[in-house]
Amino acid sequence: MRSISWFISWGLLGSVGFASTALAQTANGSASKDLHTRALAATCANCHGTEGNAAPGSAVPGLAGMNKVQMQTALKAFRDGTRPATVMHQLTKGYTDQQIDDINGYYAAAKR
Amino acid sequence: MQRRHFLNQSTALAGLGLGSSAFLSACANMSTPSKAKVLVVGGGYGGATAAKYVRMFSNYQIDVVLVEPNASFVSCPMSNLVLGGTKGMADITTAYDALKDKHGVTLVRDMVSRIDANAKSVTLAGGATIAYDKLILSPGIDLMWDSIEGLKAANESGQILQAWKAGPETLAMRRQLEAMPDGGVFAITIPEAPYRCPPGPYERACQVASYFKAAKPKSKVLILDANQDVTSKPALFKKVWAEQYKGMIEYRPQHKATAVDAKTNTVKFEVQEDIKAQVLNVLPSMRAGAIAVQSSLANANGRWCHVNYQTFESTAAKDIHVLGDSIQVAPLMPKSGHMANSHAKVAAAAVVAQLSGLEINPSPVLTNTCYSFVNSKEVIHVASVHQYDAKDKTFKTVPGSGGLSASPNELEGVYAESWAKNIWADSLL
Repeated sequence: MRSISWFISWGLLGSVGFASTALAQTANGSASKDLHTRALAATCANCHGTEGNAAPGSAVPGLAGMNKVQMQTALKAFRDGTRPATVMHQLTKGYTDQQIDDINGYYAAAKR
Repeated sequence: MQRRHFLNQSTALAGLGLGSSAFLSACANMSTPSKAKVLVVGGGYGGATAAKYVRMFSNYQIDVVLVEPNASFVSCPMSNLVLGGTKGMADITTAYDALKDKHGVTLVRDMVSRIDANAKSVTLAGGATIAYDKLILSPGIDLMWDSIEGLKAANESGQILQAWKAGPETLAMRRQLEAMPDGGVFAITIPEAPYRCPPGPYERACQVASYFKAAKPKSKVLILDANQDVTSKPALFKKVWAEQYKGMIEYRPQHKATAVDAKTNTVKFEVQEDIKAQVLNVLPSMRAGAIAVQSSLANANGRWCHVNYQTFESTAAKDIHVLGDSIQVAPLMPKSGHMANSHAKVAAAAVVAQLSGLEINPSPVLTNTCYSFVNSKEVIHVASVHQYDAKDKTFKTVPGSGGLSASPNELEGVYAESWAKNIWADSLL
C-alpha cells in the first residue's frame, strides 16, 4: 500500500517533470514550429478531412499517408496550371513554396 | 528495472489524467463545471471547430467546455437545398455527441447571458457561473429586427420567415412554398452588405426557382437587393438567371426594405414602390450575436467585433477571442461557415500557444471555398486564400490566387456534397 502511494507521488512528480521538459523545448522553438505546421496543414482539412482523413464516400481525396513525391508533383502541377482542376489551381497559388513543402511533409507522415 | 517500473507508473498516470477528464465530460449534463481552461461559447462552424482543435492541438491536455443551447448542429450551407426540395432537415443536421465522446469536450446545453471580462467568468441563462482562462466567443449573427418596421411581429406569428439561421424556419419556409398556388410570387429582400453568407440569397432564389420550374412553372421569384449589384459571383448568377430561369427570376438592385405589412404580405422600400408576394423572405440587417453586443465587444459601429487577426483576440477585452460571422472582417474576407472554421483553427492554435508558453504563429493562413447550387445538380464556387500580413496586421488575399468557376457544372456539385460532409466532420466529428 505504502509502496503504491510512493509510486503515485513519484509518478505525479514525473508528469510535472515532463511538463517542464515541454516548456524547456520552447527555447529551441521546435514545439512551436510543430504547432504552426499542424495549424497550416489544418487549412486543407475543411475539404480533405481532419488530419487528412476524408469522410467515407468523399469525392475529395484524403491526404493522410499520401506519397510525398506524388503529392508534391500534384500540388506543383495544380499551381502551374498543367493539371486541370476545379478549385485547386486557385488555392495552391495562395501558398508559398515553403508552406506547400510543410503541408506536403505533414500529410505524407500523417496516419491514415 | 526499477526505472522502467517508475516510467510505467507515470505513463499510466498520464493516461489516467486524460481518462478522468473524459469521464468528467460524460457527466456534463448532470452538472455544469465551475471553471474551464478554455470556454467556447457557441457551437456553430467557428465554435465547434475551435473546441475540437484546442483539444487536438494541445494533444488533449487542455480542458475545453462548450456552451451551446441547441441539441444538434443544423448547417446553414446546404440549407437552401431543403427549400429546393432535394434535401431534408436530417441531411443538414449533425449531433454534438462526438465532440464529447471522441474529443473529450465538456458540453453544456445553455446560453451565456453575461460575460464578466474582468473577473474572467460567464453567467449562464440557467444561473450557473463558469470561470475561464481563455474565452472563445463564436456567437454568429443577430438579425436587426428593428431595422424593418413590423418585421418582428410578422416573424413571430410565423408569416414572414427569415430561415437565415437554419432550423425550424427552414422547414417552415419549405412548407410555405409547397402551399403556394402556381402563379404565385416568392420575394426575397437582401440587406446591405456585410451580412452572413454573401451568395446565400442568390443561391436561395435559384433553389426556389428550381422547385417552381418543376412544380409551379407559372410562379415567379423576385430578388429585391438593397445593394447596388449582386454581391457575390455576379456574372455567374446573372448568366444562370438568364439561361436557366428566364422569365421566372427577376433581379432588382437598390431595393432597401424599410417596413412590412403582414395583413397584405407587402414590403415597403426606401425609394421604390411596395411589393406584394405570396411568400415573403425579408432579411433585415445583421450584426454580431447579442452576447457580443451586450458585452461591448462589438466595437466596430456597435455591430461587429474588432479582433487582432493574428490570434482573433478581441481588441476590447483580454483573453476573449472572437470568431466567425461576428467579427469585423479583413478586406475580401466573407462571412461564411468555411471562413469561420478557418478562423477557429488560427484561434485554437494561438490559444494553445499562449496557454503552453509556445510562440504564436507569425504567419497564419485562412482559406475560403464557397459553393452555390444553382439547380439540383450544378454548382458555382468562389475561393480565396488569405495570408496574415505582419506589417499591416491584417489578412490579405494573395494576388493571383483564388477565383470563380468557369461556368455552372455538375462535377462541382459532387465536390460540394463532399465539401459539406468533410467540413461537418472537421467541425464536429
